[in-house]
Amino acid sequence: MAARSATAGPSRWRRRGDLARFAIIGLFILFVIVPLYWVVITSIKPSNDYLTVPPVWFPAEPTIVHYTAALFSYRGLQGLVNSLIIASVSTVLSAILGTMMAYSLARFNTGGQHLAFWVLSQRFLPPVAIILPIFLLFRSWGLYDTRIGLIIAYTFMTLPISVWMMYAYFRQLPRSLEEAALVDGLSRWQTMWMVAVPLAAPGIAAASVFVFIAVWTEFFFALVLTSRHAFTLPTVFRAFLGFQGAQYGEACALATTSLVPSIILGMLVQRHLVRGLTLGALRG
Amino acid sequence: MANVKISGLHKSFGGVQAVRGVDLDIPDREFTVLVGPSGCGKSTLLRSIAGLEDVEQGTIEIGGQVVNGMRPRDRDVAMVFQDYALYPHMTVFGNISLSLRARGTPKPEIEARVNRAAEMLGIRALLARYPRQLSGGQRQRVAIGRAIVRNPRVFLFDEPLSNLDAQLRDEMRGEIKRLHQEIATTMIYVTHDQIEAMTLADRIVLLREGKIEQQGAPLDLFERPASLFVAGFLGSPKMNFLQGKLVRSGGAYAIDLGEEVPKLALPPGRAFNGATDGAKVILGLRPEHVGRAAGAQPAPGSQRLETTIELVQPTGSRSYASFRLAGQPVLSELQAHDVSGPGERITIDLNLPRATVFDPETGRAL
Repeated sequence: MAARSATAGPSRWRRRGDLARFAIIGLFILFVIVPLYWVVITSIKPSNDYLTVPPVWFPAEPTIVHYTAALFSYRGLQGLVNSLIIASVSTVLSAILGTMMAYSLARFNTGGQHLAFWVLSQRFLPPVAIILPIFLLFRSWGLYDTRIGLIIAYTFMTLPISVWMMYAYFRQLPRSLEEAALVDGLSRWQTMWMVAVPLAAPGIAAASVFVFIAVWTEFFFALVLTSRHAFTLPTVFRAFLGFQGAQYGEACALATTSLVPSIILGMLVQRHLVRGLTLGALRG
Repeated sequence: MANVKISGLHKSFGGVQAVRGVDLDIPDREFTVLVGPSGCGKSTLLRSIAGLEDVEQGTIEIGGQVVNGMRPRDRDVAMVFQDYALYPHMTVFGNISLSLRARGTPKPEIEARVNRAAEMLGIRALLARYPRQLSGGQRQRVAIGRAIVRNPRVFLFDEPLSNLDAQLRDEMRGEIKRLHQEIATTMIYVTHDQIEAMTLADRIVLLREGKIEQQGAPLDLFERPASLFVAGFLGSPKMNFLQGKLVRSGGAYAIDLGEEVPKLALPPGRAFNGATDGAKVILGLRPEHVGRAAGAQPAPGSQRLETTIELVQPTGSRSYASFRLAGQPVLSELQAHDVSGPGERITIDLNLPRATVFDPETGRAL
């Protein structure tokens, strides 16, 4: 009897533990999935089904009118194109410049102890503190409402992220690989591009995804620095909250559209991302 | 191929002096081993020759040319690292050929040279593999292949065998020695392992706290150590050190270890650098010079004693037996069957003509 309860005890507890674990994970998934589901479903609901009680979980007659309206009437398509161009170019520039800066900080201790931290500390600065000078400068330099202007702004805004992530990554790479390359006859420049950068690829991928998502979802700078030409996808959403009420269908259609690039990017670099985020804790 | 000349080299890290005034002249084609305990500055010295450390003071010449301030790539030296430092994202071929590719060598020549190097090291079948698919010994071969493919003027080895298991280490040690005979280039090899130093070197440079303690042919250092430090560092098991007094008896000197031991007569005619009667000294005698007595009379100059064995450590062909002499521990190297176990009374001969006498104050040999 005693022996029986001793063996039954732990397994019963384990089962309870499993149950609790699944319940917590399930709640978390619901918390993430339900709003997304609601957004996607609302984007194909006819307007009458938006706010019914009880809610319509799946529309009887799905429609794509909100997509055509959001993309064409509200110029969502141009916002999408602008966002794609601006986010991609800023990401590439931020990754290249960030990699070079981080390599310099990591290997030559450029600027002593303080420069590296100063770069990071840029992220502590509230954007609102610098938006006005940037706005005025861009106006006088002809960068206001241009893609190039936003690309410049975003590249420099996101540099601290890419520098800091890459800095941490480079620092944990063994120096002897680069020393071997230097003795092997490579220049510093060749050593960086042929040895250090390929080894840091997971870090670069992780930093790039962070930068891309930061730019893709950025609203404040885009709002202030653009108007009718270089506007990005997030700024288009303003138009859906108008005097005639909220355009839920259009807003959800555009939101669904804006999810797509992030999902594709996430899938492409998923493998690298996990390794990059653990910052080489698993030494290959 | 080139000689390497180092004059007055100093290097410190922060406040720590790693190398403090090293002068070293390494002739062309010589195999020089820099050896010493960790922190003695041997790796720093090697890295300075490679150009991976800036020197503060002194000059380094390779082939008659001062290379201070010259970039590593312009020095035409090759280096094999302790952790192999293979590029994990390149195949074995990519690893070995990188230096040639970086110099823009034509493709057919690259292939020919890589193949020749791979042939020499028996890794031709591995050229398409990645480092992670290789064993430790194979990685080490690739690292060496990467060095020899360039025909550098000088080879540098930074503890290349310390990450290998014992059996592989013996094998690779032989391989490196063979390589030196085959390609006859100046090689400078850093290790903390005195056996590696003894077996590989044409010349051993023993470093201690950033300075050269003694340099010379391996057997010179082994048989005529200049200091207690050298005597204790080279040789395994360690040399026995016995504290005693120098006494004059008849025409020669002898060592007095204490009342219960006869005075140990040293060969006549040996001078002790001005050490006089009654001076405190340390007698250094290697275990192989403490052996079981054979024959009716000891060999000329040897001292015969009877003693009780305290501990026996068999190693197969030899056994190391410990006993005490005037209360001080002594290790003797005996034939495997010379001794049966602790407590045994045996007669031993001390081969005193091979002994070294040190000044306990300065640690120098007298």
